[in-house]
Amino acid sequence: MEGSPVLQVHELYKYFPLSQGPWAALTRKRRRMVRAVDGVSFSVHRGEILALVGESGSGKTTVGMNVVGLQQPTRGYVLFDGYNVTEWARGHGPSLEAKDGPLAALSRRRRIMRLRQKAQMIFQDPYESLNPRQTVFDIVAEPLEIHRLARSREEKKERVREALETCGLVPADHFWDRFPAELSGGQRQRVVIAGALVLEPELLVADEPVSMLDVSIRAEILNLLHALRRERGITILYTTHDLATAGFFTDRMAVMYLGRIVELGPTAEVLARPQHPYTRALISVVPVPNPRRRRQRFILQGEIPNPTDIPPGCRFHPRCPCAVPECRETDPQLRPVAPDHEVACIFAGQL
Amino acid sequence: MAILLDVRDLSVDYLADDGTPLHAVDGVTFRLEEGRSLGLVGESGCGKTTVMLAILRLLPQEGRIVRGQVLFDGKDLLQYSEAQMRQVRWQHISMVFQGAMNALNPVRTIESQIVEALQVHSVVEHAQAARERAGELLRLVGIPPERGSQYPHQYSGGMRQRAVIAMALACNPRILIADEPTTALDVMIQAQILELLERLQAELHLSLILVTHDLGMVAEVCDDVLVMYGGVVAEYASSDVIFNDPCHPYTQRLLQAFPDVGRPGAALASIPGNPPRLDDLPPGCRFQPRCDCPRRGPICAHEPPPLTEIAPGHYVACHWVRKV
Amino acid sequence: MKFLRQFIHSPMGVIGAAMLLVVVLVAIFAPFLAPYDPYERVEASPEDILAPPDRDHLLGRDDAGKDVLSLLIYGARVSLIVGFTASFMSMLIGTTVGLVAGYYGGRIGNLLMRLADFLMVIPDLPLMLVIIAVWGRGLWKIILVIGILGWTYTARLVRSQVLSIRERQFVLRARALGASDARIILRHIFPQVLPLIIAEAVLDISVAILAESSLAFLGLGDPTLVSWGMMLNFAFERAISRQAWWFLLPPGFAIVWVSLSLVLIGNTLDQIVNPRLRTHHLFDARRMVALVTGEPPQRGVELPG
Repeated sequence: MEGSPVLQVHELYKYFPLSQGPWAALTRKRRRMVRAVDGVSFSVHRGEILALVGESGSGKTTVGMNVVGLQQPTRGYVLFDGYNVTEWARGHGPSLEAKDGPLAALSRRRRIMRLRQKAQMIFQDPYESLNPRQTVFDIVAEPLEIHRLARSREEKKERVREALETCGLVPADHFWDRFPAELSGGQRQRVVIAGALVLEPELLVADEPVSMLDVSIRAEILNLLHALRRERGITILYTTHDLATAGFFTDRMAVMYLGRIVELGPTAEVLARPQHPYTRALISVVPVPNPRRRRQRFILQGEIPNPTDIPPGCRFHPRCPCAVPECRETDPQLRPVAPDHEVACIFAGQL
Repeated sequence: MAILLDVRDLSVDYLADDGTPLHAVDGVTFRLEEGRSLGLVGESGCGKTTVMLAILRLLPQEGRIVRGQVLFDGKDLLQYSEAQMRQVRWQHISMVFQGAMNALNPVRTIESQIVEALQVHSVVEHAQAARERAGELLRLVGIPPERGSQYPHQYSGGMRQRAVIAMALACNPRILIADEPTTALDVMIQAQILELLERLQAELHLSLILVTHDLGMVAEVCDDVLVMYGGVVAEYASSDVIFNDPCHPYTQRLLQAFPDVGRPGAALASIPGNPPRLDDLPPGCRFQPRCDCPRRGPICAHEPPPLTEIAPGHYVACHWVRKV
Repeated sequence: MKFLRQFIHSPMGVIGAAMLLVVVLVAIFAPFLAPYDPYERVEASPEDILAPPDRDHLLGRDDAGKDVLSLLIYGARVSLIVGFTASFMSMLIGTTVGLVAGYYGGRIGNLLMRLADFLMVIPDLPLMLVIIAVWGRGLWKIILVIGILGWTYTARLVRSQVLSIRERQFVLRARALGASDARIILRHIFPQVLPLIIAEAVLDISVAILAESSLAFLGLGDPTLVSWGMMLNFAFERAISRQAWWFLLPPGFAIVWVSLSLVLIGNTLDQIVNPRLRTHHLFDARRMVALVTGEPPQRGVELPG
């Protein structure tokens, strides 16, 4: 992929303290932590679609939340357009500023607002992410009001119309007086996307945007996201547990397991030649819509361990079909096996 | 193979608040042979769950079976009394309801809930025997029996689904209906549950009906597929035919809309519009308003297409698909 | 509109509203309805004192020879003023505290909630008695005391709602857009809890009316105003021994009437607006429970897909 990275995530850690009783607090036991994200680095280039793939508990949603600034990382930082947005939001100065730009002179609040404008998040559940008491117009116009982007009522109306129609809600006047309850799931998700698009963002973090939708609607939404990249050059971070939808429209893919990226590479390459045992298993269990192509499934037994007790060594070894004693001791780091293709496994490149 | 379940022309109406009947299911016909598996595919609201509830005669009060036959072993279940029906449910046909794994009683142990199911259906009288049978069932679905003394919240989603399947198997049914058994589960857990269903089917010689919106799952597990749209059967054939030689425009579009991990980057077709609402069904073919088939004509808008057998075992409801 | 329709279709709510409307009209038009002015001095002859009902005095006379019916009609004014003002005040305080404690949480939230707990566990009436006894009697003092002590339940209710609404995706979305706290609270959270607050406030009115009556009954009402509680107080002290039921029963009945009407309205509102489990057709909890047990689902269950 050409172009400079829009988004750089560097050594991101996000721990959540586990709530504990008063007794534990008194005895000063070490506080147990949920290690949701445990050292994740990646970058996304302008106009690229990166899939962040993983099961629930892999930390993919947490990464997305940290990218758009809904959460603050425990450690590490997020560079957006070269600016360290983590530091801004924390209230420190722009000490890790990667470049001098027009933003350097802005106040902290203005810079955070710029991030909020340029990086938008689309949530999983279109039934939940719209305020049931707002009309479609209010929902899509609200971002403009927050960022004071429309100078007049007419301009606001025009921009809302444009956003709705880009998202396939044509004609817009037909929809904007309605309440979310009057819309189908697919239409609601379009409203959500329109509400993000109205700010002309550079980055969309789409958190499982189609997992709650029916198959025929799913394709429409994915095609819409794909078109946004093609026509507007919007960069998309697409988090999902569904490798099949990720394979359809993403350029690169990062597979996460238990808070870490275990494999990162071009989508087609990862799907065709997965190098990490986890990726291999994950791909093998995706249902293929053709009985003539039923394959052997590598089904991992058990479930993702609790992120409070991450296994020592390679965190995947207890479920790994290829584990050797060494896996219990070495915690493998990502290393390249092919151009742009990195894997965190001691057998990387030998599978 | 013997035909175990033969559903003919099953039609269900729901009464709206103002008393008008809504034709939720119209003329559904299919057969289930012993030991085989049938996939019932369709989007939400297409009536697939309603068909299953009608077969078990568990429709909500607003629902009425207005036409049709449900022949189980040659006898029409629709003629059965409620008491006879209770014998059939669970003991001959049992169902894993959608979301049932989240409806387990949170304050009772898994084992005691299975024991209760056994006793309610008077399979086992003695408490000790019931507990032994519960342990057996848990082992069957891949749960260590000693975990039976735990509570639902100590189980993960996949384990709860296994426990619910164990309950459904309590009375050694001949047909197991699973309604969206893997929705809301992670891919790996989905695969585990599918593997379990396949294994149970082979070990217990079960006939399986899988109700789902997930085409991929059906392709992996089922021998036959029934595609429903807007309360009617669109296409009914063997799995191989449905996935490799679909004839109904809806089936074709649906398959093109389904991303295939084996073919990354392939274009996805979308079906414009939304499934019909029950209170606003189109007069002719129910798929006609969304159909983009070049052959479609005026007849589609006026006359509902009959379900026609175009080849042995291949049924299609479309005016433009003819016998070859 | 849908809300109104639901309300009209509930017989309980309509009856309650009608009952309340009668009292409100009586209070507004008291000077026209009352046959006598209860604030006028009456020169009572001994036989007028606690005279039983007759044609001129339909509900008889009180211990000062005044017309009980007129007292009753004017008493509605005080009761309603106290009820509405005090409950409005507690609603305002309770909602603010609930919103702040629920949305911000943390130390301030904890502090506010502990304060609410503290006020909740102290029995209201004795506390009011003490405050009024020290502070002095007067209509506005009574309203203030009732209002200031009555917000705790509303605050708890609002807070618990806010805690769950705060985590909902549309609030998260607003935060991601950069919306200010004020905007999130006012635009996204408050509208969701408003119906609940109104239902609660209606129930609060009856509590406030009862509290005022209790204070007046115990002799701590505003001595310059006629209220039902005051009437009960006098009746209890002076009329019972003379078996003057016409003085004792009407104010008691009036209090029950108003409280009942408000409870009927409040419960109806509550039933309409109460946050049920989110009913998505895929995850209808009631249906699932019905289905797992193998029993036919009950009426009111959503149509399956």
